Amino acid sequence: MTTALVPTGRVVGTLHASWLTVEKHWAWYRRNWRATVISSFLQPVLFLVALGLGFGSQVQPSEITGGVRYIVFLAPALVVVTAVQSATFESTYAILSAFIWQKTFIGMVATPITPAQVLYGQLIWIAGRLFAGCAVFLVIASLLGAVSGPGVLLALPFATLAGMAFSVPIVAYAATLDKPDSFNTIFRFVLMPMTLFTGAFFPVSQLPDWLEPLAWITPVWHGIELARGATFGTLELLPALGHTAYLVALVAVGVVLARKTFRRRLAV
Amino acid sequence: MTTHLVEAKALTKHFGDFEAVRGIDVDVRRGEAFGFLGPNGAGKSSTMRMIACVSGRTGGALSVLGMDPDRDGPKIRARIGVVPQLDNLDTELTVRQNLQVYGRYFGLSRAHVREKATELLEFAQLVDRANDEVEPLSGGMKRRLTIARSLINDPELLLLDEPTTGLDPQARHLLWDRLFRLKQDGVTLIITTHYMDEAEQLCDRLVVMDGGRIAAEGSPKDLINRYSTREVLELRFQPGAQPPELGQFADRVEVLPDRVLLYTADGEAALKAVHARGINPLSSLVRRSSLEDVFLRLTGRTLVD
Repeated sequence: MTTALVPTGRVVGTLHASWLTVEKHWAWYRRNWRATVISSFLQPVLFLVALGLGFGSQVQPSEITGGVRYIVFLAPALVVVTAVQSATFESTYAILSAFIWQKTFIGMVATPITPAQVLYGQLIWIAGRLFAGCAVFLVIASLLGAVSGPGVLLALPFATLAGMAFSVPIVAYAATLDKPDSFNTIFRFVLMPMTLFTGAFFPVSQLPDWLEPLAWITPVWHGIELARGATFGTLELLPALGHTAYLVALVAVGVVLARKTFRRRLAV
Repeated sequence: MTTHLVEAKALTKHFGDFEAVRGIDVDVRRGEAFGFLGPNGAGKSSTMRMIACVSGRTGGALSVLGMDPDRDGPKIRARIGVVPQLDNLDTELTVRQNLQVYGRYFGLSRAHVREKATELLEFAQLVDRANDEVEPLSGGMKRRLTIARSLINDPELLLLDEPTTGLDPQARHLLWDRLFRLKQDGVTLIITTHYMDEAEQLCDRLVVMDGGRIAAEGSPKDLINRYSTREVLELRFQPGAQPPELGQFADRVEVLPDRVLLYTADGEAALKAVHARGINPLSSLVRRSSLEDVFLRLTGRTLVD
């Protein structure tokens, strides 16, 4: 400690700063990926096996399945389900912990990093994990014979977008909490029905008329419409733009809210 | 170069209706160790958070390193180090990773933080634990790692909020030794504490805070001269019994729940006089005045209860 007293720290641009916080997540992931990798796509793979291979063997290809085998019909939608499920985990306990248990966010804003940059880094990290998790799911799906062609790769960006459309508003909400009690409500009463009743396993037109609009407001339905349409080449421009715009809007509103809640939490 | 690293005028901080800091004037000069001494809830941590540019001020003026925290927060934070009251280390990373990852937030290159981390591991006496996760470390080790982390950007100003709370005496002395070295290297230290021995050991100058206000300011020696006598005679009587009238033996008498303090220039002489009057306390102790006595005088309360 004999160096002259010249502080070495400096302020870098917002994008660079946000990326530096992604490095932290990566340092963590390199040590802990084994513990998390299975859980991120296990449940969708189970769905694929049980419903796609098992139940699906009893379903004849028809107009409703776009003329393809049920498991192939299921695969692009389950990519979206994979994204939204891991989005939920990544946006709840992980966020609350960084505020109240590990307090890592609090350590970060004592540096030149701002609360908004902490948020951006977290969101970039979540998006990366969703994309990677979906890709792994697709590899497994193709090994199970659930993939008919390379078109299903188009499901990846749409699934990631749908996952983020659900993630970002929850991140904003998680930043306001002092305890995790309400997360179970999200898992049981939002995530579960959103997985089962938004078109992944059967078209939403089969729902009671009063329930159908409820499916339309979920990001999962829009994501599935996009992913499945892109996979089977049935997507038309105008609906595609509409679905995308809705998901982007959810992300944008979420970012505006999360910037507020992060700031309120970290700069008091 | 600014000689006043921190200047506050009529600084206030409110949380809703609660006034945590009620108009304080502080100025911290380059190279000194400056202390905020006070009980929990005195407003020390709120003041520190404003100086650290993580918490905006409600009113008054504040300049840190010659800049305004409201406008130049990130720029100021790039040049200071912060040791928070509660450890916020990344417990799932290794000791070394904690230093390197944190260093990157200051825009430092990978090579630089690697080299600096090695140097700081030595400083914090954590070389053996470099590749261990943080969670199993002892409280003292975590504290040392937190201090090492705060030095990753070679800060010119180091803020330490209750740096030794919860540590055993040995760990505290080790930490104090590290802080002395930093001071010798020219790092300006600002320390909050509710331990008077810590304040006396470490601080060139300090303010005594109580209820969001500054009650007194000076060097530990100054304050003791100004607000206390040279010696203190402590007497203990039968618990629950009304202690006898002792005002005649000292300049000032403080009756605490468990003992009576007699403030006088000559403790032994006072004790003799007490005995000569046929008053026989259970035990007696003559000691020098400390900041604890200053605090008692200023606020009518003890620091640590």
